[in-house]
Amino acid sequence: MTEPTRRLLDYGTDAVLLECAGLADALGLLPLLPEIAPQVSEVVPGARTLLLRLSAPLGPKVRHRLLSVPGRPVSEHDRDPVTIDVDYSGADLTEVAQRTGLTTAEVVERHTGQLWSVAFCGFAPGFGYLRANDPGLEVPRRTTPRTRVPAGSVGLAGFWSGVYPRDAPGGWQLIGRTEATLWDLSADPPALLQPGGRVRFRAV
Amino acid sequence: MLVVDRPGALALLQDLGRPGYAHLGVSPSGAADRAAHRLANRLVGNPESCATVETVLGGLVLTATELTWVAVTGAATEVVVNRTPTSSHTSLVLGAGDRLTITPPAQGLRNYLAVRGGFLAELVLGSRSTDVLSGLGPAPLTAGQQLATGHSELPLPDTDRAPARTPTRTLAVTPGPRADWFQPQAWSALLDRDWTVTADADRVAVRLEGPALDRRVHDELPSEGLIRGAVQVPSSGQPLIFGADHPVTGGYPVIAVLTSRAVDAAAQLRPGDRVRFGR
Repeated sequence: MTEPTRRLLDYGTDAVLLECAGLADALGLLPLLPEIAPQVSEVVPGARTLLLRLSAPLGPKVRHRLLSVPGRPVSEHDRDPVTIDVDYSGADLTEVAQRTGLTTAEVVERHTGQLWSVAFCGFAPGFGYLRANDPGLEVPRRTTPRTRVPAGSVGLAGFWSGVYPRDAPGGWQLIGRTEATLWDLSADPPALLQPGGRVRFRAV
Repeated sequence: MLVVDRPGALALLQDLGRPGYAHLGVSPSGAADRAAHRLANRLVGNPESCATVETVLGGLVLTATELTWVAVTGAATEVVVNRTPTSSHTSLVLGAGDRLTITPPAQGLRNYLAVRGGFLAELVLGSRSTDVLSGLGPAPLTAGQQLATGHSELPLPDTDRAPARTPTRTLAVTPGPRADWFQPQAWSALLDRDWTVTADADRVAVRLEGPALDRRVHDELPSEGLIRGAVQVPSSGQPLIFGADHPVTGGYPVIAVLTSRAVDAAAQLRPGDRVRFGR
């Protein structure tokens, strides 16, 4: 079976979507972009893509480099993981345990026992979509979303985890709550979680 | 300073937005009709980055507290100074105590009021724009609100009048990054008909009504970046056009992308309008 390769897809006249081989490929390529393609003025990571906003068109050499340069392996990233303290008493913890065939203690262990990577941000300022290396906490979204999920709620949906930076409607399965500040306009950068960053959850 | 007597249906401060933070989940925001916003500023001798007031269906009434230059652009409409009718797309002098009214436009949706020196407000991530999706930026204008204004050192333009763009019913598009997720006939289905603007239209998106566009690929699309002007087709099969306060990522395929000029035109669509996409 061949590895999926990268593709460059036009996105209007001033942007291209770089579809990568997968999430690891996208995150590995992210820090290399300023050198490969200086005409990229902004990058918006997705689950397996990088949306590149262009200040000038991409020439054929740059396009070739974007499609072929290998990404930097994740373990070489220099930022220390962010630790997020969580009170694991979320409303859906029992249901998540049932759906995954684990005990609630095992669910917590799976969540805290590995590093999560910030794949991309979306949905709200400071909301990072987190992905772990070890699978095993895959659960569907709730069939009926809640009209209000409290700020700081820690949730799961599909193979993603995330922390709500503020009160919002939401359909994720809630397993805990943190007092950490995910979004602070007076901080630089204002978001605690940025694409390429890593997170360690800690039970308190 | 200008004092708001009545805000009308919706009046928001906007400038050229806060690009550069989409990777943290923050939409670029900014004026929905950027050409109109820029023109309003130029008519009063402002840098284009100054904040204007963006109105929906007019109705904004303000009183000047001192001598000031203003201009209204966007949808062509009548502007009344005290009791004297004049028009949009011209620069006007207001004396202390003069009242300005933006009459609701007969066609189009949004107007932009610029004041010489720009409207001042707290900067949030470098911008005074109100993002209705994330809630960043100033709150919508309310009756009684005092709007502080700055000073411009730039010369007034030689002209005090500019042409209003005629409303267009054709939005120029290019194929989007996921056009191949749709049946081959979906592209001609997109282009060959009138679409109706639904009442579900705001700064986030303009939702259209018409026949469903059929997909060829039925997988779930992993979330990917979006841009202003993206024509996305959610599970209903009915397309929507993302605007200035679009979500930064989305999980439904984008079949087409509007040109920059077409995005400005889309900012003037009102519910019930018929619109076509064109190459």
